[in-house]
Amino acid sequence: MSERYEIRFSGSGGQGMILAGIIMAEAAAIYGDKNAVQSQSYGPESRGGASKAEVIISHGPIDYPKATAIDCMLAMTQEACTKYHGDIKSGGILLVDSEEVKTVPKGDFKVLSFPIIGTAREELGKTIVANIISLGMIAELTGVVTHEAVEKAVLSRVPPAFLDLNKKALQIGFEKAKMLK
Amino acid sequence: MAEKKKKLLQGNEACVEGAIYAGCRFYAGYPITPSTEIMEGMSVRLPKLGGKFIQMEDEIGGIAAALGGSLAGLKSMTATSGPGFSLKQECIGYACLTEIPLVIVDVMRGGPSTGYPTGPSQSDIMQAKWGTHGDHPVIAVTPSTVPEILTETVRAFNLAEQFRTPVMVLYDEILGHMREPVTIPSPGELLVEDRAKPECKPEDYHPYDDKFLIAPLAPFGSGYRFHVTGLNHKQDGFPTNDSKIIRENNERIMRKVHINRESIWKNEEVMLDDAEVAIFTIGSTARSARFAVNELRKSGIKAGLLRPLTIWPFPDRAVAELSNRVKAIIVPEMNLGQMTLEVERCAKGRCAVEGLFRVDGEPITPSQIFHEVRKYL
Repeated sequence: MSERYEIRFSGSGGQGMILAGIIMAEAAAIYGDKNAVQSQSYGPESRGGASKAEVIISHGPIDYPKATAIDCMLAMTQEACTKYHGDIKSGGILLVDSEEVKTVPKGDFKVLSFPIIGTAREELGKTIVANIISLGMIAELTGVVTHEAVEKAVLSRVPPAFLDLNKKALQIGFEKAKMLK
Repeated sequence: MAEKKKKLLQGNEACVEGAIYAGCRFYAGYPITPSTEIMEGMSVRLPKLGGKFIQMEDEIGGIAAALGGSLAGLKSMTATSGPGFSLKQECIGYACLTEIPLVIVDVMRGGPSTGYPTGPSQSDIMQAKWGTHGDHPVIAVTPSTVPEILTETVRAFNLAEQFRTPVMVLYDEILGHMREPVTIPSPGELLVEDRAKPECKPEDYHPYDDKFLIAPLAPFGSGYRFHVTGLNHKQDGFPTNDSKIIRENNERIMRKVHINRESIWKNEEVMLDDAEVAIFTIGSTARSARFAVNELRKSGIKAGLLRPLTIWPFPDRAVAELSNRVKAIIVPEMNLGQMTLEVERCAKGRCAVEGLFRVDGEPITPSQIFHEVRKYL
């Protein structure tokens, strides 16, 4: 099981958690040299409700596509944090948005709290790229994919008009996470 | 030649790639979670390939139009999920009796009724077999990975065209929505079967010519004029009350699949050679099972997996053989025991058969299977 690296992106429907999961899987399996499986779970709503995307990364075949012992989890809302933090493994990382998640769960894992959405709003004027900032942060914190791979994956998924914005968001993510480490 | 590119595809996107690769050029359907991405994908791809895509007024219209597309000579497909699959059943029976090739994809979600649209399930196993009335042949394939959804969709088209019968592709919501790296096969890399066309003159043509086990099917509108009806019919396609012809025809449509079952069956065996306890399962549950088998082996327990990629016709022989050499067969399934009954039927009491069921919209986990297997050792 230790060959699996498990990441869970969680938040509210519409925050781009599933897209973040897809980009992370592409960074690992298409632009990196690993295997990856991305899966998701969401409610019937197209906006709102707790939503999560999971990415399993490994050097070998990946059988079970869902998380079993999470190495790194992102929570962008209190609801998602409370609902989904239970599977974080001992010694894992929980990254939360500090403005959204006021009640941080206790456990045998490392909690990193950072105003991700606030940074998107203040530094880029667009909260919509909060998921890309968080992707940069997770790439930096975990080292499971390279900066180059995640940048290629982000740029291949966003419309041309938003390339610069997303590139900046990713860079901000890398830098902010460096300070948290 | 350019290097083949690996892409991260969703299961439903891989189904579209498989259909296009197999030569599907007609799609009609009605959207329903968790199958909708198939319809969206076909609507983008088909017009660029000279094919036709139609969103119909409902699921019944979807399959009825797809049957028309197939009769006109195009490989055709429709896709749906549980509630829509129920609506399509009348036309599935029609396709079985009229022997129209068709691929029907059912991305299984929680039921019954509207159930749990975004939750996975494997509860249409029996609907696939017995959803339509009357004795009828059923072929259903059950992929377990995203790349396999592509290749099994191609195989479904091949079987449909080869046997002139509807073929179902069954997979659960987890597979439909999950993403894995897929390399799209080059043309010629996978076998693609086309239906037999008549060699006789149009005036000599019979759509159910009794010289054949499976008669060639002429495309409607190609000058070969014939009649198609859901009534029992003669070799020219017109209705009949002749009991001998009715019996022969009913038996023949079953026989054409039954006598070819060995070429339709497809199983994967994982560490079964010395297994004391076997797991029998399909789809995403087979992924949990494989994970569990690896863990069980690490702790010295001789577990193995029998994974059918063809669930109908049921792999009777493989299960019967297995039941002679294991203590127990565990059948995990995301329903309340549909495959377990079939495994019991084939095992005939030669080993223990135990179901492991889950219907809460969550997958059966590797650890559930791990603990169930350990009970038998």
